[in-house]
Amino acid sequence: MRQFLLFIIIILVGLTFIARLFYLQVYNLEEHSLFDDNAIRKVYDYPKRGFVYDRNGKLLVSNQPSYDVMVIPREVKPLDTLEFCSLLKIDIEQFRKFYKKAYHYSPRLPSVFVPQLSKEDYAALQEKMRKYEGFYIQKRSLRDYQTSIGANVLGYIAEATPYQIETNPYYNMGDLVGKQGVEASYENTLRGVKGIKFIQKDRFNKNIGPYKNGVYDTIPEQGKDITITIDAKLQAYGELLMQNKRGGIIAIEPSTGEILTMIAAPTYNPNLLVGRDRSKNFTKLYNDSIAKPLFNRSLQGVYEPGSPFKLMNALVALQEGVISTKETVTCYAGYKYGSRFMKCHCRVGTRNDMIHGIQESCNAYFATIYRRILDNPKNASIGIDIWSKHVKSFGLGDFLNNDLYVGQKGRIPDRDYYKHIYPNTFYSTYTLSNAIGQGEVATTPIQLANMIAAIANRGFYYTPHIIKDIKDETIDIKYTTPNYTTIDKQHFEPVIEGMFNVYKYGTASQLQIPGIEICGKTGTVENFVKIDGVKTQLTDHSIFVAFAPKDNPKIAIAVFVENGYWGSRFAGRIASLMIEEYINGEITRNDMENWILTHSLENEYAKPYSGEPFKINRGTTLQVIPTEDSNKIKKQIEALQ
Amino acid sequence: MYRETNRHFKFDWISIIIFMLLVGFGWLNILSASHVGETVDYFNFSQPYGKQLIFIFLTILLIILILSIDSKFYERFSGVIYIISMLSLVGLFIAGKNVNGATSWYGIGGMTLQPSEFAKAATSLAIAKFLSDLQTDLKNFKDQVKAFIIIAIPAILIILQNDTGSALVYATFFFVFYREGLPKIYLIIATLLAFISIGSLKFGDITTSIIITLVILGYHFTRRKKPAFIKTILTILACIILSFGVEFLYDNMLQAHQKDRISLWLRLENDPDKLADMRRDILYNLYESEKAISSGGITGKGFLQGTRTTGKFVPEQHTDYIFSTVGEEWGFAGTVFVVVLFVLLLLRILHLAELQKSQFSRVYGYSVASILFFHFMINIGMVMGLIPTIGIPLPFFSYGGSGLWAFTILLFIFIKLDSNRINEW
Repeated sequence: MRQFLLFIIIILVGLTFIARLFYLQVYNLEEHSLFDDNAIRKVYDYPKRGFVYDRNGKLLVSNQPSYDVMVIPREVKPLDTLEFCSLLKIDIEQFRKFYKKAYHYSPRLPSVFVPQLSKEDYAALQEKMRKYEGFYIQKRSLRDYQTSIGANVLGYIAEATPYQIETNPYYNMGDLVGKQGVEASYENTLRGVKGIKFIQKDRFNKNIGPYKNGVYDTIPEQGKDITITIDAKLQAYGELLMQNKRGGIIAIEPSTGEILTMIAAPTYNPNLLVGRDRSKNFTKLYNDSIAKPLFNRSLQGVYEPGSPFKLMNALVALQEGVISTKETVTCYAGYKYGSRFMKCHCRVGTRNDMIHGIQESCNAYFATIYRRILDNPKNASIGIDIWSKHVKSFGLGDFLNNDLYVGQKGRIPDRDYYKHIYPNTFYSTYTLSNAIGQGEVATTPIQLANMIAAIANRGFYYTPHIIKDIKDETIDIKYTTPNYTTIDKQHFEPVIEGMFNVYKYGTASQLQIPGIEICGKTGTVENFVKIDGVKTQLTDHSIFVAFAPKDNPKIAIAVFVENGYWGSRFAGRIASLMIEEYINGEITRNDMENWILTHSLENEYAKPYSGEPFKINRGTTLQVIPTEDSNKIKKQIEALQ
Repeated sequence: MYRETNRHFKFDWISIIIFMLLVGFGWLNILSASHVGETVDYFNFSQPYGKQLIFIFLTILLIILILSIDSKFYERFSGVIYIISMLSLVGLFIAGKNVNGATSWYGIGGMTLQPSEFAKAATSLAIAKFLSDLQTDLKNFKDQVKAFIIIAIPAILIILQNDTGSALVYATFFFVFYREGLPKIYLIIATLLAFISIGSLKFGDITTSIIITLVILGYHFTRRKKPAFIKTILTILACIILSFGVEFLYDNMLQAHQKDRISLWLRLENDPDKLADMRRDILYNLYESEKAISSGGITGKGFLQGTRTTGKFVPEQHTDYIFSTVGEEWGFAGTVFVVVLFVLLLLRILHLAELQKSQFSRVYGYSVASILFFHFMINIGMVMGLIPTIGIPLPFFSYGGSGLWAFTILLFIFIKLDSNRINEW
């Protein structure tokens, strides 16, 4: 026994060691990567971010250098905080706060201490930087906006969020990444690929030379310039017209699906989100929960489409053969179904065929054809699916699957949708509001614009997109492939004729532009909000959709003005001016332009928040904005020309 | 087993080959841990790896010398060697050189010698001589005291030079004494001591006292032949006193850094933030060495490719922490290779020791195995964080002339003794 004691202990110790080594080196193994190795310093070389040009080659976004003060908390030595703070223009409380935040993130990884120093501050700081151990300056490239328009189109860049850093290994703390607009949707194209240098350091954190003579180092790959489909001039004009109003405008070139303008009002100046006041400005914009300037109404605003949707019902009716173009429907100043009544502004006894039905926007006519569409098959639940399928073929009711960073599905109901609401019986009259574009149907301005583009093209559309050209790259084939609707080509002509009559003789006749044949449709949409839990009706939304010219269309447009009352009042005027501006390049109807510029809807928007009872629609008076304000906008417009 | 009478073939080549592998592999790792810059100049004698090359070369001469001296010399002159060695330790108080707070070195020209390294071999010879004496019987209390004095002298001298780690090595002679007949009660006492010390620090004196009392009472009542009850009571009392004493000793006798090491080892600090700070600041070495080892993975980063080694993240990496270089650059494969080599060498020496016909050779062989084992266990255990930090080198592996030569002398005297075991004495 005695001779075995040491024997056994030796073997036990040997086994223990091997077990411990197994735990340390095999079981506990993290994939060894140079990136996780804190004996290797990673120095990044950020490439130039790609420029953004408009469709006519105008430079919209370029770069400017910026300097971030970075900190590695563990390496910080006691310093003259007073001097340091005054150099950085922060106070001691902020210093402590930033330091704590950085330390909390990681004591050994670099964090941004103070972002985006100006050139002047940088110059002052640079000389003294070596005094502050643990702090260094990281040069980055910031955006330099050459314009004050298009904030919602262009988006902005900001520091990557912790979630992005965690999920995408490319990003490090403090990296700038596109957050909205094309900056976000073309992030990978614009940013390029950053270069990296691996530097071996010793335990005192001194660099002792490139790791393995730099064989793993990479050089940065420059970001690619992109050209977007936006017409900067039209965009600027539209944004000015939308001053003091809320809503969205989308204009599309039907023959290509290129988005000519994408306006969301109110908007903001993109330069606000650059530089040291960025976070202050951003907080302001972000917290504006009433005007919501960061909310892109043209893409995310889901509204009931109103009368423009009647075009859709007309097309489906013709395709399904439930009515001929010649057949007339008699309007009794409304449409009676069961015990209910849908009002119409036609005189009692008016007989409308399709073209007149569209021209006069007759509710009775569309209620009739909508019922026929649904009741044509055996029962309405089959009918609603047929109807839904046709409507969805225009890109309504779903994401457009394009290169815009945000979007909304809208809503086109079908049988499944109604199953939950009407589990037992389903008749066409239940959903009769859909006939006039209210009720369950809901669309975004871009979907409406796309619908008009498909009508303008007589049966197909190109997915609306914002990218026109990427340097040395071809754009996605899905933007150059037509999407066909389920409506045959010949059915479009009567509808287009009706839209033309809207302009010639109908609800938009006062909006005519000499020399341009425009096809359009007005819309006036009832809308409600809850104020203190009470459903309250607000002034109607003003909607207008149009394309022009009638033959060989160049522009399809949808204009949506919140609480603008009837369709031709605000939306129609704005659409008309936009079309004139785009096709003729100049405005001849200065009085109309003037009217838009001098009238504001801000008082309408203030009503629900006023806490007092208020009148809507007929009872409203338009707010006229002070001459100096409207003159300011006028001057900006003149500068555009 | 029959052996060739030819001189060269009488030596135990298995041990010699393992020895050479360890020294060679050790040198490669010293090179990794101490070279500077991108290109390696193998014969730069101003760097540790260059110096170690000289030490290794001198070791060969030393081996030839040891093996050519007659075996009987070591037995006959063991007393003299021991006395000279002890005098060399005493001499340090007069002419010693202070390095890192310990006065353990003689400076001779540009070189330094550490007599405490050589004292291990001398003490082993003295112990072997004493125990092989026919008069000596370790069951005899007087002889126990004598044996204890032989190891206590160098241990105390070394402690006085403020090199506690090296002094602890002498505890390993317990294995030798036990093999040679030290009564079992010492084994039991030693085990009890270890349990009570660790238990009191970790779980508190009251808990430990209760558990120990129960264990001893259980032992008392389950024995068929009951020991005297008074003895059991006295044992329990002694244990309880000790248990309460441990904390007092820990608080009052240990130096701050020793307390920190033990505190970290036993995870006495429960606040995770403080624990993390301790790991980072007080035990920076351990923290870095563990990181280096685990970053090596299964196959390691490759010779001269270890980023933490190149960056000199682990202090003392070419001396006490050399094993972390193996871990980083050669991975699990390399570390297991080293552990297996050591275990094989130790078992081989033990096996050979048991085969010896002369008691002197057997005791000496046992001493060699015990000393090497102690170093192996403490050093690697420390580098991996299994054992509190005790700065002693890894035999044949760590940088340092004194250590390398001392271990070589220790081992090769045994190989020489073993080569003669076929001869009748």
